[in-house]
Amino acid sequence: MTNAMPGTQSAVRPLVEVKDLTVDFVSRDATVRAVNGVSFDVMPGEVLCIIGESGSGKSVTLRSLMRLHPKARTVIAGHMRVGDYDILSLSEKEMNAVRGAAISMVFQEPMTALDPVYTIGEQIAETVMRHERCSRETADKRALELLQMVKVPSPERRLKAYPHELSGGLRQRAMMAVALSCRPTLLLADEPTTALDATVQIQVLIVLRRLQEDFGMGVIFVTHDLGVAAQIADKVAVMYAGRIVEYGTVRDVLLNPKHPYTLGLMASTVNGQKKGEDIDAIPGSPPDLRALPPGCSFAPRCRLADAACEADFPAPVIRAGGHMTRCFKANGEIRPMEAAGIA
Amino acid sequence: MSLQPSERHLQAVKPGHPHDRGGKAQPMLIVENLKKYFPIHGGLLNRKVAEVKAVDDVSFSVLKGETLGIVGESGCGKSTLARLLMHLLPRDKGTLIFDGDPVDEPRGMSLRDLRRNLQMVFQDSYSSLNPRLPIEDSIAYGPSVHGMSRAKARAKARELLEKVGLRPDLFAGRYPHELSGGQKQRVNIARALALDPRMLILDEAVSALDKSVEAQVLNLLGYLKRHFNLTYMFISHDLHVVRYISDRVLVMYLGQVVEIGPVEDIYTQPKHPYTMALLASRLEIDPDQRIDTPPIVGDPPNPINPPSGCRFRTRCPLAEPICAERTPTLGTGAFAASDHRAACHVTNPVAGHSFAGRSLQSIAPSEMPARFAESA
Amino acid sequence: MSDIPADAVRLAQAAPTAHRVRGYWSAVWNRLRYDYVTLLFLALIVLIVLSAIFAPYLAPLDPNKSSMASRLKPILYKSFILGTDEQGRDILSRLIWGGRTSLLMGIAPVFVATIVGGFFGVLAGYAGGKLNSAIMRTMDVFFAFPSVLLAVAISGSLGSGLINQMITLTIVLIPPICRVAETATTQVRTMDFIDAARASGASTASILVRHVLVNVLSPVFVYSSTLVSASILLASGLSFLGLGVSPPTPDWGLMLSTLRQSIYVQPLVCALPGVTILVTSIAFNLVSDGLRQAMDVKA
Repeated sequence: MTNAMPGTQSAVRPLVEVKDLTVDFVSRDATVRAVNGVSFDVMPGEVLCIIGESGSGKSVTLRSLMRLHPKARTVIAGHMRVGDYDILSLSEKEMNAVRGAAISMVFQEPMTALDPVYTIGEQIAETVMRHERCSRETADKRALELLQMVKVPSPERRLKAYPHELSGGLRQRAMMAVALSCRPTLLLADEPTTALDATVQIQVLIVLRRLQEDFGMGVIFVTHDLGVAAQIADKVAVMYAGRIVEYGTVRDVLLNPKHPYTLGLMASTVNGQKKGEDIDAIPGSPPDLRALPPGCSFAPRCRLADAACEADFPAPVIRAGGHMTRCFKANGEIRPMEAAGIA
Repeated sequence: MSLQPSERHLQAVKPGHPHDRGGKAQPMLIVENLKKYFPIHGGLLNRKVAEVKAVDDVSFSVLKGETLGIVGESGCGKSTLARLLMHLLPRDKGTLIFDGDPVDEPRGMSLRDLRRNLQMVFQDSYSSLNPRLPIEDSIAYGPSVHGMSRAKARAKARELLEKVGLRPDLFAGRYPHELSGGQKQRVNIARALALDPRMLILDEAVSALDKSVEAQVLNLLGYLKRHFNLTYMFISHDLHVVRYISDRVLVMYLGQVVEIGPVEDIYTQPKHPYTMALLASRLEIDPDQRIDTPPIVGDPPNPINPPSGCRFRTRCPLAEPICAERTPTLGTGAFAASDHRAACHVTNPVAGHSFAGRSLQSIAPSEMPARFAESA
Repeated sequence: MSDIPADAVRLAQAAPTAHRVRGYWSAVWNRLRYDYVTLLFLALIVLIVLSAIFAPYLAPLDPNKSSMASRLKPILYKSFILGTDEQGRDILSRLIWGGRTSLLMGIAPVFVATIVGGFFGVLAGYAGGKLNSAIMRTMDVFFAFPSVLLAVAISGSLGSGLINQMITLTIVLIPPICRVAETATTQVRTMDFIDAARASGASTASILVRHVLVNVLSPVFVYSSTLVSASILLASGLSFLGLGVSPPTPDWGLMLSTLRQSIYVQPLVCALPGVTILVTSIAFNLVSDGLRQAMDVKA
């Protein structure tokens, strides 16, 4: 599989195409529009980071790609294609064959994703056998290889360990081994390093990046941490209140952000701010998803917002290099640093 | 909802504090040889089979008006330390001196008095506020326990809500489930302030919040510190935040203090290899500054059976046989608060370590023992 | 640069949100209001309770007046709307009167057991350690027996009769309620807000009342309401075995027991007491299930 470098979107067909995805959660009390018209592509071998705060719809988007939402209470509309699979038209049985094979997922809390009554080795071998219909010996051999690949020290011993016997970092690696056991073409990662200590997080990120390059997998990585995105992403999508408000290569978005929300998020992230001075925080809190304002969802918190922003949601504006923003005020005239108020 | 109390609402800070007893130079809190082991029971007769050395011989002091940052990875004992200081857990050993008065000892300060002076803000989570109490009552509970009338305690609660940026007319009667994470954390802070404490222990108080909300709450903590003349002990695993908020920093590893000193000294010239690794693990928001080799490998070991000698030696790139034999200390005797000390044999010229006396920054990776060069 | 001062942005945030301020119980009611199944069965329970209370006015005939001539008559036979039993007594009247004992057996033991079991459960959960072990192991001894067997054993040693039957049911119901209260208390006890209350210097009694009890009450209450139907069934079972109220007092369980022999003569009529017990139990179960959902307000 060729590694599509950022910016060189040639004739290669995207691995993932998501178009106008909306996800509604319906309950007796209210309907919550968690994802509101999201579109993006992921090229083969590319890492897309979806950045957002809680309630931005980043995890919901990710889980939609695996159809993990409770069926009875969720309404998904739009179009999602991964490889040759049209996700929304697959039967439940076909979807099960795709889950864990062509598309697999790692979660934030491996303790809940791993089965406590089976050893790590059994769980990996089980997944391999289910999807590849091979013998137990082959599967066991593969399990050992996988643990070596995710850099688990003394892997022979860890194969026989139960999840609770492992430390957080090792558990996360074991879950990655399970996820990678069938050589997925797309790996979905839902804040997999958020619960880890800093010294362990960086180790896991480095392993993940290396494996992604070796396998040529596409990865969609959801995080709230700009530092993690900077470490691992090729492309970055910033979500706010169910919509992607900024999208582009990691360098475009993180080094030259245009949307006031991205700028505010960067100014809010504590990283070398001057001591004793206030952090330039975004005022207010995210909107109620049960009753979104008609215009730009960020307008109530935005310093640049005017009447136009409150009337309509801005259409995407795409700059050179595919750098997309949805903001009336970010069309190039304003200098980003001023917009964020960090003069 | 995030109305910051604007500066003009804040009265000028009065020098000193009406409850001050020991004077300016007396540290707010002195902790000496604090120790807490949790027994692990097991076996047929439920006998003690092992111990978790959660806090093992920890000594430090917190100066009046400063913010002491405490950093460390999970299992290093920082939360246990907070609960020991609050007397929510009984300690096995150790002395606490609050503003010159030994706590919970004859002739010293009573627990009740300590609790009026020292309060804690818990990590924001679903469990930090009573789901069945309106937030106003949660805040008013402390004062009413200390004998304030119901009406007065409520008035106090409303005043504090205003101070933490929540309009009392909108929020006083709400229940925790009707608040966002940031709003709940503001209520937690208001509750801790309800007894007019002089010192707050903030245990991962902003860690669970979204970045934009975290910044708001950090600003709020700054306002409140100036307004109420507070002393903070700020526990966090986020090194960026600790650098921003702290005057001094204490680094813990497996229940022990490995390094303590002024914040900039620690961040620019760490003396302990663990601190150095921790700092090197910070992620920058710059895709051009990616980290390609992990600063240290492995997870923190289990605190049940910590390694002999220096507890960090199993992950340390500079470990030598001496590190397994002798336990390094922060140095003997009392030392000034401005001192920068590390519990590492490298910092001690006479300890017998081959790098003894050299600064960590001057040691090139090629000089390090070989086993780490390959496993990294 | 922006023309709008930052303060204006901040002030905009102070405007009231769409969030309605309401208390816990009004939130519960708000959820319950749209739960039509629960409301329907709640209405049914109210109906059954009211008919039991006003039995003297509602029952069309004397429940104890027997008549050899009109034994085991079918439904709608003359003035017997639901037929007659083996002694020619009016089934409908007996069902209405029987509700009095059966509902009493359903509610009174649960009420007493909730207080006693709840008390010991909260005590065990909050104290922890040895006291917890002492209380919970004692409960486990009772728990080890199947509830029917335990009820029969206790009832057998106490003898039959209304009061003894109630004592029996109470003893049987205490251990499960105690267990639920203990679990709920143990959960609440580890919450940070309990530590915050301790850190403010509050006494144990104050913490128990203000912080523990309010949080333990609703799960215990909901669990207890599911036991009402179990208690009715158990009481019916005891009466059926002759260990409960003695004839001719009308009681659903007792009616079921005596009519059993005539099941081939009048199957429909003989099934009526059973149906009544079934419907009442289901009603109590569904209502407590609805209550559980409505009270499950996220913290």
